[in-house]
Amino acid sequence: MINLFEVKETNEMITKENLDVRTITLGISLMDCIDSNLDKVNRKIYDKITTMARNLVATGEEIEAEYGVPIVNKRISVTPIALVGGSACKTPEDFVTIAETLDRAAKEVGVNFLGGYSALVSKGMTKADELLIRSIPQAMARTERVCSSINLGSTKTGINMDAVKLMGEIIKATAEATRENSCMGCAKLVVFCNAPDDNPFMAGAFHGVTEADAIINVGVSGPGVVKCALEKVRGADFEVLCETIKKTAFKITRVGQLVAQEASRRMGVPFGIIDLSLAPTPAIGDSVAEILEEIGLESAGAPGTTAALAMLNDQVKKGGVMASSYVGGLSGAFIPVSEDQGMIDAVNEGALTLEKLEAMTCVCSVGLDMIAIPGDTKASTISGIIADEMAIGMVNQKTTAVRLIPVIGKGVGDTVEFGGLLGYAPVMPVNGFSCEAFVNRKGRIPAPIHSFKN
Amino acid sequence: MKKTIITVVGKDTVGIIAKVCNYLADNQVNIEDISQTIVQGYFNMIIVADISESPKSNAEMAKELEKVGEEIGVVIRCQHEDIFNMMHRI
Repeated sequence: MINLFEVKETNEMITKENLDVRTITLGISLMDCIDSNLDKVNRKIYDKITTMARNLVATGEEIEAEYGVPIVNKRISVTPIALVGGSACKTPEDFVTIAETLDRAAKEVGVNFLGGYSALVSKGMTKADELLIRSIPQAMARTERVCSSINLGSTKTGINMDAVKLMGEIIKATAEATRENSCMGCAKLVVFCNAPDDNPFMAGAFHGVTEADAIINVGVSGPGVVKCALEKVRGADFEVLCETIKKTAFKITRVGQLVAQEASRRMGVPFGIIDLSLAPTPAIGDSVAEILEEIGLESAGAPGTTAALAMLNDQVKKGGVMASSYVGGLSGAFIPVSEDQGMIDAVNEGALTLEKLEAMTCVCSVGLDMIAIPGDTKASTISGIIADEMAIGMVNQKTTAVRLIPVIGKGVGDTVEFGGLLGYAPVMPVNGFSCEAFVNRKGRIPAPIHSFKN
Repeated sequence: MKKTIITVVGKDTVGIIAKVCNYLADNQVNIEDISQTIVQGYFNMIIVADISESPKSNAEMAKELEKVGEEIGVVIRCQHEDIFNMMHRI
């Protein structure tokens, strides 16, 4: 029988330490919506999403009420749209109509984000891939809830440098197209190396082609819970520290597993994976940076940060893996700047730089995330930053991502406000030396030697 | 039958147990176990209940009990036992 102490512990995690399930994401395959007629594609997509996801939000709310654990987001991911729209779309404008359809469907079923306005171009771009990529600025400007992601490289294929160059330009154009709205388009646009097919987190969620017709993926959270657990073992050695993180991660993940099973059962959709990520929010006490401080750093970004983060990330996985039958997605500590008050403070104090963040991404998921940079940063420089991050993912056989926001009209020292879970970000300085000649080379970077395992 | 765990936390005052138990009785909820303590003037109670005979769902009851709690100035949570079982039992 459950005892008083255990009940109190769980409820304190929920009420005081920001334990929540960050997202239930329903993956929906749109492969059966492919048609050569654009109107038909749009109609089929709208009908399929609004039918499959009809009960998603209500089911989430029901589970939330029954178990007393907040489920912050209910979201949808779909098959990469470059594949779905490829046969019907002849211009970028055609693709934008699909983005608008996705937005309408998302609003109809009440989800706050829908991911999958995506193209997978790690080796090469088809005509459709390129049209979709070129449509992103307008698609992001004309929709509210649609998220876009592009896979630019992988350990198996190398890095598509033509696409990296193009994405530098597209990110700038997206910022321009949404400049009246804090360049918000870039907060909904992410590029990947080794993008997972079953990631439930935005902006990078899409329903991979390896997936079933529909699937439930769940992302857990709980940086605040880990931090509070570590406060109780302040000054203890690494063994105790690691044990504490593992046990806490186990408990957090079990809640995710329960919610995933229930959502799957109630909706009649198979359960896919739990994503074991420590996902911070701008709320005080829900910060990965604060965990690093609790581990013993004056501020995130101080020497020792990469080691502390590597350890944290590893222990979260070790604890979480046993708590769930299927683990997937990104699974690691997220280190977004704008969504984590501790990170924002570290940047403002001068403790955390873009280069240190890049080093941190070598040991945790996911990448340079929600970082505001000066609006006059050159497109080629953005491509250079992307190429560096893709290289880290490619060589280390891990997922890396870049979500940069060049804030048009703002420079270092300014702040940009996104609102809600996306938070706010100080504009960070970028290395001003040029990489134009490097980025302008054509072709791709070959796959690394250790990818040849056959 | 799965159990429901009802927790009541707040400043101690007259009639907390009466109010909660009346609500449960009115809704055909059978109480199987109660434990209650006062820690530094704060009232802590956990009820293990069987709601299988109740016409109301766990989720509905959670919302109504929250309101009951607001009336008497305590926080009442009503949760399916599985959230605790999952977290604390392997």
